[in-house]
Amino acid sequence: MLLNIKNLTVAIEGKEIIKGLNLQVNKGEVHAIMGPNGTGKSTLAAAITGREGYEVTEGEIWYKDQNIIEMDADERANLGIFLSFQYPVEIPGVSMTNFMRTAINAQREYRGLPPMPAGEFLKLMEEKKKLVDIHSKLTNRSVNEGFSGGEKKKNEIFQMALLEPTLAILDETDSGLDIDALRTVAKGVNELRSEENAFVVITHYQRLLEYIVPDFVHVMYDGKIVKSGSKNLALELEDKGYEWLKEHSLA
Amino acid sequence: MEKDTLQQALPLDQMLIAQYQKNKELITANDIQYVSKLREEAFQTFMESGFPHSGMEQWRHTDVDVLTEDAYLNEMEVPDTKKDIEELFRCDIHNFDTETVSMLNGWYIDKDSPLKTLPEGIVVGSFREAMKAYPQIFEKFYGKIAPRNANGFVQINTAMMQDGVFIWVPDGVKSAKTLQIIKIINKEEQLFVQSRNLIVLGKNSELSLMHCDDSVNQQSSLVNTVTEIFVDENANLELYKLQNLNDQSGLINSTFVQQMANSNIKTNTLTFNCGLIRNNIHVKLDGQGSHADVLGLYLMDKQQHIDNQIRIDHNVAHCTSNELFKGILDEEASAVFNGYIHVARDAQKTNAYQNNNNILLTPTATINTMPFLEIYADDVKCSHGATVGQLDQEAMFYIRSRGISAANARLLLMYAFAADIINEISIEALRQRIDDMVKKRLRGELSVCDKCVLHCGAPEKDYHFDIDLSKI
Repeated sequence: MLLNIKNLTVAIEGKEIIKGLNLQVNKGEVHAIMGPNGTGKSTLAAAITGREGYEVTEGEIWYKDQNIIEMDADERANLGIFLSFQYPVEIPGVSMTNFMRTAINAQREYRGLPPMPAGEFLKLMEEKKKLVDIHSKLTNRSVNEGFSGGEKKKNEIFQMALLEPTLAILDETDSGLDIDALRTVAKGVNELRSEENAFVVITHYQRLLEYIVPDFVHVMYDGKIVKSGSKNLALELEDKGYEWLKEHSLA
Repeated sequence: MEKDTLQQALPLDQMLIAQYQKNKELITANDIQYVSKLREEAFQTFMESGFPHSGMEQWRHTDVDVLTEDAYLNEMEVPDTKKDIEELFRCDIHNFDTETVSMLNGWYIDKDSPLKTLPEGIVVGSFREAMKAYPQIFEKFYGKIAPRNANGFVQINTAMMQDGVFIWVPDGVKSAKTLQIIKIINKEEQLFVQSRNLIVLGKNSELSLMHCDDSVNQQSSLVNTVTEIFVDENANLELYKLQNLNDQSGLINSTFVQQMANSNIKTNTLTFNCGLIRNNIHVKLDGQGSHADVLGLYLMDKQQHIDNQIRIDHNVAHCTSNELFKGILDEEASAVFNGYIHVARDAQKTNAYQNNNNILLTPTATINTMPFLEIYADDVKCSHGATVGQLDQEAMFYIRSRGISAANARLLLMYAFAADIINEISIEALRQRIDDMVKKRLRGELSVCDKCVLHCGAPEKDYHFDIDLSKI
């Protein structure tokens, strides 16, 4: 098993957001996590990726047979965990090229590999740019600076393509995307899917799941997964709305 | 030398007063009459006012007593060791071909001639020689750009300075290469060094100038530099100041600029290291359509202190100015920024912008930032802003989530913060070199080494923190 979350409880400033969550993800699988606002979806992403200020008060997160809850964010990334941010951060003054080269070489160093030669890196960039149809002028700019909402999300997928993670968490990658950008992003994700990696796709809407077809759908409500099922669950949810879920969770 | 040893027992101001009175003939021996006359006036003012002190508003946050109450050696005669300054350091910046002039312990050092004319027509040389060769230029500009009521450091400089750099760019002449002034302090004794520079740009001329202040050993010194710059109509000046002195040293740097119609200047003051630095930069926009960019970056740590006092006078209509100073303060470092913009009554359509941004890396680092706008015209655009903050934690997480260590993420963010200023350096080779220096400084690897600020240390390490596009 690639990711095994056991009875996870996460608090922010003492307030419990995730209240005993369980989730198992194997290589080769795509899991969708749905649910209304404020139910802890992004908190779950933060807890898995090691964001500071998100305190695991109970439970364990096992990834590649290690409990990672004490690990720093960069070490988790070096082990192959990637987060596509809901709100990618602008970093004026750091070019995309330098940012990614620094990241790739940090990950290579962690794995005991020498830095990637400059020529090879540039070739890799060119190749991955095509995948998400990202314009060269964006990669020459500072990280996310002046990017449109859609460009920022494409840029997340572009970074994912370069870093080739084993576990990718996409936090509302569809928000703010028009249909063309959504298709491009989904196409990028689908091309990266393999038997050796897994995706956790967090979304409000079923729409994204038409393009990135999940193997499993989980519904979160009030800090827990209250229902799991196949891709059809997403359609049911779309049909009945989250109110239905409330009744379901109270029952 | 016995006399100097005696004088070293006195605090600096008393020592200087005594020295002036006893050695007036020696001090004025090389003068034209006009310069001597200004010495006397300035000396009288200094006798009355002395050095500035922290009771004065503009010196409230910078206590210079720690420097001026000490005893120093002030050399009044040209030292006999005229050894080639290239023995001390050698400039080897790749692709960065500069025309170099050198100052050692405040004295102009020359290989061939103390006053030369470069092929394109720029006259450059020793201040003491130039006043005799170009008395009419001195009478027209010297002591007239710095205000007569300037502080005690400027007064004592005017009274007792012996040498410095003179640059005259005649009308229509453009510098073919960047002119680099290298000022080195290297002495066994604790030195007080004064230098005086006069820079005159004629109409439609252009000058790119780099002014490096360095110390090469760990002995303490106090440097008091005054630079007057006249920029005539349609002229263009780029001025880079690089400050990298040891932790024991003090640097008082006063730069006065007067700009005529449609002239442009860009000054970039890059402070890497020094015990105490005071930069007074005063720009007078005296001709319509003139523009000034006054930029600076300071990276201080330990118990270092920097005080940037910037004053822009919008004296006539249709001028623009842009001030941006950015600083990163670590450990117990402290900084002051005072941005004063004065818009005269008739200076309509002024556009003045001012910003000071700071990152404090520790709770013990301090910054006092004070915008001060005094506006007498009614049709102007003036804005100011100041920020003090820590590193952006959102961005830290974003960078670390890609596998970059906390230490390198910090470096990236600090570098990114500084990049606004670095990117304003228009000479590509210099920009790359400064870029390297900033990275080294932020990593704590830049030291006051035995060479000039521009060629110290080993080349950049290649991959831990590689953000130089030129390398890929």
